[in-house]
Amino acid sequence: MALINRNFRTGLLTVIAAFMLAIMPLPDWAVKFRPDWVTLVMIYWAMTIPDRIGVISAWLAGLMLDVSYGTLLGQQAAGLVIVIYVIHMQHQRLRAASLIQQAIVIFFLLLIKQLLVLWVDGILGRAPDIWYYFMPTITSTLLWPWLYLILRDLHRKFGRIPAYS
Amino acid sequence: MQSIFSQGPSASARMIILVLASLALMTVDHRWHQLEVVRSALSTLLYPLQYTVDLPIRFYYWGEEVFSTRQTLLKKNREYETRYLENRVQLQKLDILQRENARLRQLLGATPETAERLLIAEIIKVDVDPNRQLIVLNKGSHNDIYVGQPVIDAQGVMGQVIHVGPLSSTAILITDISHAIPVQVDRNGLRAIAFGSGNINELELRNLPHNTDIRVGDTLVTSGLGNHFPANYPVATVTSVKRLPGELFARISAKPLALLDQGREVLLLWNNKADNPLAAGESPETGGQTKIGTPADKDKPKPATDKQPSKQKSEQ
Repeated sequence: MALINRNFRTGLLTVIAAFMLAIMPLPDWAVKFRPDWVTLVMIYWAMTIPDRIGVISAWLAGLMLDVSYGTLLGQQAAGLVIVIYVIHMQHQRLRAASLIQQAIVIFFLLLIKQLLVLWVDGILGRAPDIWYYFMPTITSTLLWPWLYLILRDLHRKFGRIPAYS
Repeated sequence: MQSIFSQGPSASARMIILVLASLALMTVDHRWHQLEVVRSALSTLLYPLQYTVDLPIRFYYWGEEVFSTRQTLLKKNREYETRYLENRVQLQKLDILQRENARLRQLLGATPETAERLLIAEIIKVDVDPNRQLIVLNKGSHNDIYVGQPVIDAQGVMGQVIHVGPLSSTAILITDISHAIPVQVDRNGLRAIAFGSGNINELELRNLPHNTDIRVGDTLVTSGLGNHFPANYPVATVTSVKRLPGELFARISAKPLALLDQGREVLLLWNNKADNPLAAGESPETGGQTKIGTPADKDKPKPATDKQPSKQKSEQ
């Protein structure tokens, strides 16, 4: 129990850090490259502690993201739930994959999430017609290997990875 | 390991339920705006994060204040004093004008303009959706902020409040792609609707025919129609008027006067809706525009409802 709690606490702290990175003011040129921090961190935890972090935590995080971004309630949440669901179902396969392979899978998942958000924006009639709309997907993908290593180190240090056979 | 097997099938069910719940939430949020309570509760949770993110910037401003030299402070002080004197002189004239105006209005039997209440709010420097133009303010329902409240700065209209939390609120800028504000040209009273372009320093005036009397350099002020923004606050200056023969309407763009992406302080206005003199005395076409300023009924229906009134307007 203590082990689970420690993992969960570490997870919560990193997610909070991700939220802060997500709303941190950046210079104008950098805003369009901002990686999707919250989704990436949620993916990591859904992959490593799937028994604690699943679709429900993803949904709650998504709702918070909606509130902080001023999007419709549920817009980001739906996308995040679908991404985390796929990760959740495939977590064993993903864990065995190399970082590059993981990054490729994550690229397509993030693309789907971005498309879902864009789709809803389109229905509302406020879809941005700008070329850099999918930039966050690309930067997130490039960032994934590094983020994975950092989170894994944090996880090892402050949480505990259960000894899998 | 066993937990995975026990969770496997239920995860799909949960995913489907949650996606459906998200769809329901989105519909309710968009159509009926019933979720402000949920949003404001969640925004309270978020407030500490926003505050923390804003802290370094706050600290920077604080440091700038603390470590500024006596010389600069004196210089600033002197500058403010001169400006204060200048403003006082102009205010004296304004006072007299206001009294005269009230008297004339009384003679005409028109409703008097009431004084507006003001509150200074600070922008919390956090980034929101990069594709939209929203700002977060450090005042909320605690300070009687309400949805739809006009936000201005010293130069002109900035936007209006769209979400209110207990301690913070979110405002949409006039240049946001889903925002529109009823304006008039202060030179000749021509009315139009300024749409946000999604670009921080551009507004678009759509649906004005080629023969409209509008020139580069014209100042657009709020017309007060729609009962959302009080009348006669400066909004933008016209920067380009293109009359392309192949197109039905002139292509007119304007630059907002408010410093939308600079500055830290904004003013929140309490606008008494009932006593808007312009809205009361205008032609019935105001009806079509009444809610144009609300982000509530943004998007699709708007252009459709606007076309008619704006055509009529410009033909007067």
